[in-house]
Amino acid sequence: MALVSAVLVGGAVGLVVLTAGPLYRAARGPTVLDRAIAVNAVGTTTIVVLALLAAAFDEPGFLDVALVYAVLNFLLSIGLSRVVLDGGEVL
Amino acid sequence: MTGTLVTLVVTFLVALGVGFVGVAAVGLVRLPDLYTRAHATSKSDTLGTLLGLAAVAVAFGGGQPTVKTALLFVFVLLTGPTAAHAITRAAYDRGVDGWTRPGTPGGATAQPGSRVQHGHEANRGPQAQPGPDGPNDPDDGG
Repeated sequence: MALVSAVLVGGAVGLVVLTAGPLYRAARGPTVLDRAIAVNAVGTTTIVVLALLAAAFDEPGFLDVALVYAVLNFLLSIGLSRVVLDGGEVL
Repeated sequence: MTGTLVTLVVTFLVALGVGFVGVAAVGLVRLPDLYTRAHATSKSDTLGTLLGLAAVAVAFGGGQPTVKTALLFVFVLLTGPTAAHAITRAAYDRGVDGWTRPGTPGGATAQPGSRVQHGHEANRGPQAQPGPDGPNDPDDGG
């Protein structure tokens, strides 16, 4: 059990380190939609990190948080693309 | 309950998932265009996410948390590429130009009359020298 938990926590730490790439693109993407794609990638990584920590610490309540994060991430992407398509200059 | 086989399968799936998310992160940093970045993040990032969720489902080993993880798996499988497609279609409908190699005469921006010229010239990368026939110049407009 301890080895499985260590592997899951290690995977979560690796994913958090790899989030630096999408954060860089979100900081200096030339357009709003570059930033939207980068934020979508960060949110997807957040879902996996929450699920991995739920399995590592044996707390299934984190999975509900991950489900809510998934729904909010999808709604953020769809809403942001609609706003940009309607011509609103967000940034 | 958690034998050696479960540990091996979870380690394999987590390593593969982190590898695919790393590929997506490199693509999101290095690729020159919004469309190619969406290509990286919609396929590679979604595959890494699904492998990580499969590792979580194996590690829980049955019961209600595995069912919740399976629901999360299906939801991410449906909504990840859909969100990337919606963002990319919004970019295309606004007329964001695709990247072409500087100096080649063909490409997606060779006929610039039909769409709205949006023209973000900061997207061209460091090798955007001003050519004489220039698809790099957003102001000549067709």
